[in-house]
Amino acid sequence: MLVRSPQAALQRLFDEVGSVDQIGIDERVAKYGTRSVKKSAKLWGLRTAVTMVDLTTLEGKDTPGKVASLCQKALRPHDDASIPPVAAVCVYPSMVRHARRALGNNSSVRIASVATAFPSGQAPLKTRLAEVKAAVADGADEIDMVINRGAFLAGEFGRVQDEISAVVTACGTATLKVILEVSELETYDSIRAASFLAMRVIRPGDFIKTSTGKTSLNATLGNNQVMLEAIRDFYLDTGVAIAMKPAGGIRTSKQALTFLIAVKETLGDAWLNNTRYRFGASSLLNDLLRQLEKEKTGAYQAPYYFSEAAESY
Amino acid sequence: MPTASVVKKSSRAPQRVANRVGRRAPELIFGDLWAFDPAPESADPKLKPRYDLFINGKFVAPKGGKYFDSINPANERKLTEIALAGPGDVDAAYAAAQRAADGVWGKMPGRERAKYLYRIARLLQDRAREFAVAETLDGGKPIKESRDFDVPMAAAHFFYHAGWADKLDYVAPGRRVAPLGVVGQVIPWNFPLLMCAWKLAPAIAMGNTVVLKPAETTSITALKLAEIIQDAGLPPGVVNFVTGAGDVGAAVLNHPTPAKIAFTGSTEVGKIIMRSLAGSDKKMTMELGGKAANIIFDDAPLDQAVEGIVNGIFFNQGHVCCAGSRLLVQEGIADKVLAKLKARIRTLRVGDPLDKNTDIGAINSRAQLTKIRALVAAGVKEGCAMFQPECALPPKGFYFRPTIFSGVSMSSRVAREEIFGPVLSILTFRTVDEAIEKANNTAYGLSAGVWTDKGSRILKLSTELKAGVVWANTYNKFDPASPFGGYKESGFGREGGRQGLLDYCKLI
Repeated sequence: MLVRSPQAALQRLFDEVGSVDQIGIDERVAKYGTRSVKKSAKLWGLRTAVTMVDLTTLEGKDTPGKVASLCQKALRPHDDASIPPVAAVCVYPSMVRHARRALGNNSSVRIASVATAFPSGQAPLKTRLAEVKAAVADGADEIDMVINRGAFLAGEFGRVQDEISAVVTACGTATLKVILEVSELETYDSIRAASFLAMRVIRPGDFIKTSTGKTSLNATLGNNQVMLEAIRDFYLDTGVAIAMKPAGGIRTSKQALTFLIAVKETLGDAWLNNTRYRFGASSLLNDLLRQLEKEKTGAYQAPYYFSEAAESY
Repeated sequence: MPTASVVKKSSRAPQRVANRVGRRAPELIFGDLWAFDPAPESADPKLKPRYDLFINGKFVAPKGGKYFDSINPANERKLTEIALAGPGDVDAAYAAAQRAADGVWGKMPGRERAKYLYRIARLLQDRAREFAVAETLDGGKPIKESRDFDVPMAAAHFFYHAGWADKLDYVAPGRRVAPLGVVGQVIPWNFPLLMCAWKLAPAIAMGNTVVLKPAETTSITALKLAEIIQDAGLPPGVVNFVTGAGDVGAAVLNHPTPAKIAFTGSTEVGKIIMRSLAGSDKKMTMELGGKAANIIFDDAPLDQAVEGIVNGIFFNQGHVCCAGSRLLVQEGIADKVLAKLKARIRTLRVGDPLDKNTDIGAINSRAQLTKIRALVAAGVKEGCAMFQPECALPPKGFYFRPTIFSGVSMSSRVAREEIFGPVLSILTFRTVDEAIEKANNTAYGLSAGVWTDKGSRILKLSTELKAGVVWANTYNKFDPASPFGGYKESGFGREGGRQGLLDYCKLI
């Protein structure tokens, strides 16, 4: 029967949350790129972007040593002590305790851990929840979970939401970031719908996040915009402020500033801080530092003036 | 059963909101936490202190020796002075055009003419930034529009018609075409360079020669284009520019020489021209005013529709004949659309047109500003609810805040008269037929917009709306290949595409 098909379920959800026109979104975000950010505005944007970075290493070859070096970079991104620390480090659950040891208990840099069988999420719910609890017990301040994309595409929205609810409970006081994995949802309509599914069961201050960084397409201005608009509509409707984290693919300062302009013009000033907006990135940080140096000295410094962060070590 | 409980939760969501009626409504803060520093475009517009008439391939002083000032509407400072043409100058221009038509241009093979058009297009691209700055200084439009739209689109029109010049045998299948001879053209001040390109490119591609009068407030880029025309080596007399106000325009249009008259401007002036040319054997095309309906159905993607509404009415300060100045919203979503629209308008940046971050620049002239103010005052007096964002305006220059009127009825002046400014009137409708009826209930018929997720509805409306252009889920899209023109009092004849070329030729 048609009414029970996944398509019909998706259609009902789309009708409820509204649809998105792809061409319209792409045109809207193209305008952010034409904004010209200069001088003190540029400095403010770059420094703010530094404080929003979730410095990430998610590799099979991660070791305690690598994580310790990442944490040091997070605390002190550059020789210049006026550069603020980043928002968080983001590591696999097994690395959380090493990160905690490196950062200590009173660090301003938070520890985020991907969990729930990241990046596929294809493990039994019990296993995924156990992973979340273990990461929190080891000292994670934030949990980055993946949604069940298979269930979403099959139209089982109740299941998607229940699993997110269960992870919320497992998190305890830790902040939750819900990764939609936008490239697997494919359309802007689905991204908007999935954003709403997640926002309805997470807490104020929790995040929705674009992607794992493990698929071909990650954060783009387009899907960032769709999610910002979903957050805005949900906030105006309910008063619940949800935070946002684009992840993967943001490598340059220019890109980061353009994403921040999208935030400024869609959600306004209240989202221009690291409790409401983050960048999941690793190589972005050194480009931000390089641009900050350039603003200060008027010249671009060679890459070897900046300590390596995450890409290699 | 967790699934059931979740379903219940979401179905209860509206009540949850209703329960919070006492709470202050959540608001977004669009403040100055991250204010942008000024980012002025710095390219040199290379303006001369004085511009003469362009007749027979040369800049010549007007016979009367008079000049008038051209000012920058953003700060009311004088930019340069422009020659004031008299009847004798118009005669000279037409004599040059006639000689060029008979002697060289009309006989030249199309493939040769094409080379000149390509050259003009490329030279315009080479000097794009310079032209963009000049256009912004002269007309008040934001630099991002002159840079990203006006200048590239003007070049595109020359390129497109250059492509046609050697393929004119295929413009009218089964027929051959011949140039009309000399053409008289008068263009408006809202897209000075682009209108110039729209008019010149098809005319000269087809082998006609031209006498063109730009608007008196915006003559600079046409005269800069004359420099490019010289550099391109176009034979003398093929393109002639005479400058001045309405009386010069009347002299251009009423002159006995031209075989065809092309006019873009207000319906009021268009009617005067048609009256004066009635009984003559001159061909005419008129591209006149508009009061376009932008129709939003309740299944439309709302954020993109809001973006389209903003683009439709605030593009070029609303100085657009096809501006979506009447917003028709389906009743059920009217409040939601209005709220979204207000939020969006608060992020628009009004100010110095040369700043790369400016969204809305200066109104073209004091006269136009006065007209906009008068019509807005009439709207307020008629009881329409007005909204303007609180943005600071520069102390000098002609500026007007983006304005929306809600609760407008079909009989309001702001719903019937063309305002030609950043002023939007919002009306509502209940059914598809009512939307069509309201959209067509106007003397104009230049353009319309339809926003819906339903494809069949788009097709239905595109046939039933009496408008020359119907945009679906977008607005203000232009292409040289797409014919543009009106129904009813928005004029006749088409510009652009094959249809546009047919208006500049004889079929033989």
